[in-house]
Order: sequence, then C-alpha cells, then structure tokens
Amino acid sequence: MQAIATIGRFFLGFFSQTGLLTLFIVQAVKALVTPPVYQRLIGQQIMRIGYYSLPVVALTSFFTGGALAIQIYYGGNQFNSEAIVSSIVALGITRELGPVLGGLMVAGRVSAAIAAEIGTMRVTEQIDALTTLSTDPFKYLVAPRVIAATLCMPVLALVADIIGVMGGFVVGTQSFGFNAAIYVQQTVNFLQPDDVISGLIKAAVFGFIIAIMGCYHGYHSKGGAQGVGRATTNAVVASSILILAANYLMTSLLFSA
Amino acid sequence: MTGMITLAGVTKAFGAKQVLQGVDLNIEKGQSVVVIGGSGSGKSVMLKSILGLLTPDSGTIHVDGTQTVGLSRRDRAHIDANIGMLFQNGALFDSLPVWRNVAFRGLQDNTLDMQAARDIAVTSLSQVGLGPELLDVFPAALSGGMQKRVGLARAIASKPDIIFFDEPTTGLDPIMTDVINHLICDCVRELGATTLTITHDMTSVRAIADKTALLYQGRIIWQGTTDELEQSDDPFLNQFINGLAHGPIEVEGQTVEATVTGGT
Ligand SMILES: Nc1ncnc2c1ncn2[C@@H]1O[C@H](COP(=O)(O)OP(=O)(O)OP(=O)(O)O)[C@@H](O)[C@H]1O
Ligand SMILES: [Mg+2]
Repeated sequence: MQAIATIGRFFLGFFSQTGLLTLFIVQAVKALVTPPVYQRLIGQQIMRIGYYSLPVVALTSFFTGGALAIQIYYGGNQFNSEAIVSSIVALGITRELGPVLGGLMVAGRVSAAIAAEIGTMRVTEQIDALTTLSTDPFKYLVAPRVIAATLCMPVLALVADIIGVMGGFVVGTQSFGFNAAIYVQQTVNFLQPDDVISGLIKAAVFGFIIAIMGCYHGYHSKGGAQGVGRATTNAVVASSILILAANYLMTSLLFSA
Repeated sequence: MTGMITLAGVTKAFGAKQVLQGVDLNIEKGQSVVVIGGSGSGKSVMLKSILGLLTPDSGTIHVDGTQTVGLSRRDRAHIDANIGMLFQNGALFDSLPVWRNVAFRGLQDNTLDMQAARDIAVTSLSQVGLGPELLDVFPAALSGGMQKRVGLARAIASKPDIIFFDEPTTGLDPIMTDVINHLICDCVRELGATTLTITHDMTSVRAIADKTALLYQGRIIWQGTTDELEQSDDPFLNQFINGLAHGPIEVEGQTVEATVTGGT
C-alpha cells in the first residue's frame, strides 16, 4: 500500500508539474506575440544573455574542436589525414558539439541567472507589485528573456562553429603538421550548408528552452533564499536535460529522412 | 453595493491553515479605514485578496461596483489602473533606479515621457520627505525606511482613487511617522482617495482612521470610529490597543508554553 501511495504521489506531482509548465509556456508564447513589446528590455537581455556568453562559448568550443582533432588523429592510423580529421571535426562541431555544448554552457550561465533574478523578484513581492502596477509579468519579464535567448543562441552557435573548427585547425597544423591550406580547403569542400543550418535551428530551440526553464522555475519559486537556490538548481538541471533530449529528438527528425 | 470596497464572507486557507474565515468589511468612497490585528492574523492576505493577487476560497469582493473575485487580470484592468499599493516590505524593483520605480505606471502605459516621469518622481518623493538626489540611486543602496518611503511615493504617484498601505510607518522614526500620517490624511482629504491602511501603530490609527476594524481569528470582530475605539469596553480591542500580553486574545507562544508545562 505504501509503495502504491508513493508511486501515486510521484505521478500526481509529475502531471501537475507538467500541467503547470504547459500553462506557463502557453502564457509565455501568448505574451511573445501580443503587444506591447518592450524593446529596451529585449536589448538589455540580448546584452546579458548573448554578448556576455560569447567568451564562455568561444573557449568551450575552441578546446572541444582541438580535443576532437586529437581523438580522430590517434583513433586509428587510417584516419590521420588532413581530409579525414578536418571533415570529422567540421561535421561534429557544426552538427552536434557547437550547438549542444554551447547550449549547455549557456544553460549553466543564463538559466541560473534568470531563475535567481525572477525568483528573488517573486519572494520579495516585486512580481506582485508589477501586477498591481498594471504590468503583465509575462510581457515584462518572460517575453524579453525568451526572445533574447532564442535570437542569441543561433548566433552563439555560429561563433562556436567557427571557433571550434579553428580549434581543430590549430591542433592539426601545429601538432600534426597538417598543411594549413589543404586543411581549410578540405573543410570548405566537405561542409554542406545543411550541416550548419541544422545546428543553428537546434540552437534556437535550446535558447527557448534555457529561457523558459529559467523563467518558469524563478516564477514559481517560494520560500525565501532557500527557495530561490532550489529554483536556480532546478532551472540548470532541467534545461540541461531538456537540451540533450531535444537534441536527440531533433537529430532523429532532421537526419533520419 | 454602496461602498467603494465591500468584502462579504471572504475566506482563504493555505493548506490546512485557515487564515480568513469570513471577513465582512465595507469601505465608503473617500473614507480612510484602518485594519489592526495581531501579527500573522491575515491582514496582508486580506489586502492581496482585494488586489486579486490571491484568490479567496469563497466570498465576494466588490471594488467600485465590480465583483472582482475570479476576474482575470484583463477584466479587472480598469480597476487596477485606479489602485495604488504600498507593500509591507516595499517591493521596489531593484533593477530600476528610484525615479523609474516611482513613475513606473506612467512609464509603462506611456502617459509620461522621461522628463515628465522624473518631475512626477521629484514631486512624489518630496511628499514622503525624500530629496531629488535619490532619483538615480538604486533601491539596494537605500535604508529600510527610505525604501518604504519610495514605495509610498510609488503608490501615490499616479494619484489613484484607491490606495492600500500595508504598514506604512513601520521602521520609521517618530517624526517621519507623523509626516506619513499627514500624507495619508492629505490623500484622503485633498485627492478624495479611498484608503485602506494596515498598521500596528496606535498613533497612526488615531491620526488617520475614519473607521478602524480589528481582525482576529479570520474575522472582523470589532469596527467603529476613533471615538468609539477610545470608549469601547470590548475586551479584545482593549487588550490590543493597550498592548497587553494577558487577555482574551491568546498569544501563540504562551499557549504552547502552557501545554508543554502541563504535559510534563
Ligand atoms: N502565500 C502563502 N502561503 C502560505 N501561507 C501564507 C501565505 N501568505 C500568508 N500565509 C499565512 O497566512 C497568515 C497570515 O499572513 P499575513 O501576511 O496576512 O499576516 P499579517 O496579518 O499581515 O501579519 P503581519 O502583521 O506580521 O504583517 C500567516 O500565518 C502566514 O503564514
Ligand atoms: Mg502583513
């Protein structure tokens, strides 16, 4: 009996969470497509979410591109040519590692920050104050963050692509003595626009997930500083897992055909 | 419905905890009503129910003739536009400087441009005894009492018809308390506003109340004018306004203590 009750409680909790989240997303999307649009706030968020994430994403991508090149080179003697290393690095970075690792880094940085900020506003009644001042928190707080993150992530992923490929190039030419011109030539020849574009589409979805998760956990946080801490952790964990799950789903949709 | 704000049979529970258990209260247009009651008795919950931030479990709340319980935010927008609220802890937006806080409503609905907003902020701040040098300061850099006064300035800046003050003078020195009491009176006398004030401070009650109501165990158990307040021999009221630990109102800590000693 005890076990059944526990399982029941788990599923009840799960479904009420899912319902709450669905409702939140519907409200957020509605706020995105109806006026007013707060351009000043969107601009602010683009700076905070996009611009300040550049160093993190660039560094992550550079080292990943480099490590990937090493793995492929030493993975087997038959692979250690400019052609193989450059093409696998380019493909791996643009299709998967650029957007996914970029997304995970931004999830850690941004969804935590969003959850902490909105969570603090919740527990200090600032969200109530917004409402009494005739301002919809979804339009004022959620929409600018969702718009900014969804717009910025593809740009960040593109930066990650370029710098990741550069990481592979640097390792290839410096450590393995590859010919620089041939390496670049191979990369350009091999890479298809679809490889890059699919990665950018994924990144936009990741951006949406990151902002929604941050806002959702912040918005529903309660119980003072501890509650805000919990919201922050949950936002990072949830957005990271959802990014990986969405990545799997989108990869199978985009590439199975 | 004759009153500006009328609560009838309002109940609200959080889980098993019954906070409001049938609140009835009528506030006439242009009246200044003060609600007193012990800490944790549900005064703030009552205010938030009127503001639609909490939904009562049952009962009705009429504001300016409209039944508001269960109304969506959009359906009560015309009511919200006429209400000013001072939250108990200020609830200032800490991402915005003081002037944007004070003129927030006007900036949001585009009725004020930047310069007009700053002018309004200067005027409202001076009404609460703060100078224009605070305009560009962020709330985190203000003392608790100053934050409360900026919150007050924000509540009155748009000259609303209805203003709620949740403990406006808590944490202020006696002189500032007097300034704020006068300000609340002016809002009622000069602007013709209807105000509902929550306070623990009996000097404030005497200074601003047209009518005082005592909230105890989820109900309004006494209400009357300030004269009636002084003359009343209601034991609950007397214990409260004279600040006595002993009387019909149970102080929670003491009952617990009694049970503990009784049990061992
Ligand atoms: N959001 C909430 N969730 C759960 N319980 C709540 C919530 N808000 C208030 N309560 C409970 O309702 C009761 C009344 O709270 P309220 O804030 O209205 O008290 P109050 O009369 O304003 O007290 P004070 O004078 O100290 O401000 C408290 O016991 C509080 O724990
Ligand atoms: Mg209170």
